[in-house]
Amino acid sequence: MAQHDGDDLTAAGTELDTLTHRHVSVGTAVAVPSGAFTNPGTPPDRIRATDLDPRKDKTAERRVGGLFLLSIAASIFAIVAYIIFPIIPGNLSSVRLNNMLLGVGISLALISIGLGSIYWAKNLMKDGEWEEHRHPTRGSEETRAAAVEVFRLGNEESGFGRRTLIRNSLIGALVVSPLPAVVMFRDLAPAADPVALLKKTVWDKNVRLMRDPSNTPIKASDVTLGSVFHVIPETLADSPDFLEEKAKAAVLLMRLKPEDLHVSPERKDWNYQGIIAYSKICTHVGCPVALAEQHTHHLLCPCHQSQFDISHEAKVIFGPAKRPLPQLPITVDAEGYLIARSDFHEPVGPSFWERS
Amino acid sequence: MTTVQDSTKTPSATPSKGSRFTGAVANYLDERTSISGITKELGRKIFPDHWSFMLGEVALYSFIAILLSGTFLTFFFEPTMTQVHYDGSYVPLKGIEMSAAYASSLDISFDIRGGLLMRQVHHWAALLFVAAIGLHMLRVFFNGSFRKPRELNWVIGFTLFILAMAEGFTGYSLPDDLLSGNGLRIIDGMLKGVPLAGTWISYLFFGGEFPGEVIVPRLYSLHILLLPAILVAALGLHLLLMVINKHTQYAAAGRTNENVVGVPIMPNFAAKAGGFFFVVFGVIVLIASFFTINPIWNYGPYDPSPISAGTQPDWYIGFLDGALRLVPPGLEFVLWGHTWSFNILLPMIVIGIFIVLVIIYPFIEAWITGDKREHHITERPRNAPTRTAIGAAGVTFYAVLWAAAGSDIIATHFHLTIEAVTHTLQALLILGPIIAYFVAKRICLALQKKDREIALHGYESGRMIRLPGGQYEEVHRELNDYERWRLVDYIDYKPLMVRPDARGRISPMQRVRAVFSRWFFEDRISPATRAELESGEGHH
Repeated sequence: MAQHDGDDLTAAGTELDTLTHRHVSVGTAVAVPSGAFTNPGTPPDRIRATDLDPRKDKTAERRVGGLFLLSIAASIFAIVAYIIFPIIPGNLSSVRLNNMLLGVGISLALISIGLGSIYWAKNLMKDGEWEEHRHPTRGSEETRAAAVEVFRLGNEESGFGRRTLIRNSLIGALVVSPLPAVVMFRDLAPAADPVALLKKTVWDKNVRLMRDPSNTPIKASDVTLGSVFHVIPETLADSPDFLEEKAKAAVLLMRLKPEDLHVSPERKDWNYQGIIAYSKICTHVGCPVALAEQHTHHLLCPCHQSQFDISHEAKVIFGPAKRPLPQLPITVDAEGYLIARSDFHEPVGPSFWERS
Repeated sequence: MTTVQDSTKTPSATPSKGSRFTGAVANYLDERTSISGITKELGRKIFPDHWSFMLGEVALYSFIAILLSGTFLTFFFEPTMTQVHYDGSYVPLKGIEMSAAYASSLDISFDIRGGLLMRQVHHWAALLFVAAIGLHMLRVFFNGSFRKPRELNWVIGFTLFILAMAEGFTGYSLPDDLLSGNGLRIIDGMLKGVPLAGTWISYLFFGGEFPGEVIVPRLYSLHILLLPAILVAALGLHLLLMVINKHTQYAAAGRTNENVVGVPIMPNFAAKAGGFFFVVFGVIVLIASFFTINPIWNYGPYDPSPISAGTQPDWYIGFLDGALRLVPPGLEFVLWGHTWSFNILLPMIVIGIFIVLVIIYPFIEAWITGDKREHHITERPRNAPTRTAIGAAGVTFYAVLWAAAGSDIIATHFHLTIEAVTHTLQALLILGPIIAYFVAKRICLALQKKDREIALHGYESGRMIRLPGGQYEEVHRELNDYERWRLVDYIDYKPLMVRPDARGRISPMQRVRAVFSRWFFEDRISPATRAELESGEGHH
């Protein structure tokens, strides 16, 4: 390849000036070192073994062909594997075998094509480097003038700039026309007000606390010290919006020694002999606060590590959450089963604008 | 098969039957499409070669793998949340109530031959796609390849990065398993934290209260229709601009700002790049054949109550999750009768600022340097110490957020308390980028000095000689002109001088710009010059 004029690099800052034949701001000062090096031009092409030795050339050709043939064999292997290693229902190792053998066949077929092509390019195709000139990205002055002329004619022939009534009313119409599409998104959600829905759960007076997921009632005597129950309301099963209600009503039930509990006066009768129930939905972004630490009476949210101290009415002791977990007031019914005294006294789960 | 060499050796005078057929087909097409013009224009277009230029290729090829495997999956996946009782062949979940989406994902995994393979190809390729885009962006950043005329392509490329993450997240949510449902739960919580409209945004997005019954089909139409359409359009534009601007190249002997040195598309680049596509695709399939990814059958169907400890999002969502974890405690207030969740807003604002800064970085740097010239020679990172230092600070910031997404895993693996890990990461989020900035800058300057030293005095050869006077000296191997050129071909800048404008005034903006310019260009080592080489020749 011909050596490109290397002398223009003596003044690095003026490179493109020579290219575009016009003044281009270099902004900050470019320091032009005196007596800089000159570009020595492209080094001579490297000679490969296949360029010199016809036998090596032939070997390389056979290798490429061999890889492509291997690819054909691998594709056939994949088809055969698909047929003779079927999935046997209930047999997980058959799934694994099917996945693996089919995958190995396809993968080998693809990789062989790839390696063959690259090997071909590197060893047999004409080697060396080619040079291509760059043109400035900016169009030539004539082209730009012609483009400006197009717009000028367009403006003149349509009167877009002159007939302001047409122009302005068109812009107005175009701005307003997408609005119906925006309005139509209203029915993405039902008509009901979300705020009212977020402020109540299916918990209510006398609703029994049930084990999740077996849905069996819990006797106060079953709740031993240090045990943790995952709880859902008895009425949840009848709810048409099962998952939506469960996402609000999930509760953690624990028993602490009554002397370990720090109860504020207005919550005096919310626990039953040290048995306490708290919303399981984190007040940060709503993950289930499912990890309970027995010794410290701490609850940990596995998503973002907010920690709540259940001996202090689930106040936040670490992490991004601000509000304590809402407490569900509970007691027992005549048969000794745990029941709710009411719904939560505040919305559960993540904060929202209209919450307070 | 015929090699190129063979065909050039034997130019046949009379066209063979095969070439007559090719000629007829070409003629047919050209008479209807003018394709000869495009072929002439692009067929021998030159592409420079460098391993780091293949990162973008990896992204492109893994995207093709995603499209192909994803199309297969759409034939079997049922994007509805209708509750069904699972009756497939995975015994542990038999009879359990779940959504049709989850059940059909299980069927793809356990009852359709090759289904698990395609699911795993799809997921692995998606992880690789985002990773390759990220590395490609770092390559472009640290090379200064985003400078004029490529600033717009940087913005398009970054848009592709965001789209890739959106595609990843929507896809991750489709199987409706426990993990994906908890991911959506976090999105719900974040949406609700938006002031004024948050409750309604969440309500409209989920089609009612969380989780609702429409989120999977809605995400499905985003995942397979809307987002891919935008992505393909942006990708086309990205490649088109690359062709128009021509690829950048590293400084090397014979390469200037006005040429492109490399191999032509036909045949050399086509064979290498086409071959590389098959290698990338093949490696993805190989990984998918041996390594399980997202074993949804272990998680069970989505249920708002259970969760497993140590749950992790896909890697590229990590920095967002980490930001939620590192926020200082207690940032939620009731003001003017409304709830302000700064524990959610602050991470969103910080990430938003970070993203905007990355998008507009080319314009910021262009303003500071005032450089309006085209740049086609990629800068070695060491030759732009301040930019490299800024990049190192940004990478560190991202890395700390990303590490924070695994704070619980770090704590359990290294037997630390979660509090200690969180507080350390909080401190690192602020201090880490500052430290990284100064360390990276010093390393760059040291490397520049080393380059100068080598350009002027050659490599240390390790051979010691004793001079007649008894003095010992190490022989240095001089560089040849080609080797030296790589080390000295970079532009040396000096900070902007504040000069009065035409009206003889110095605007405050000009002063600000001068301050930034000084900060950007002050610490640089000038390239070695021939004069220095000649004057120092007697030294060694």
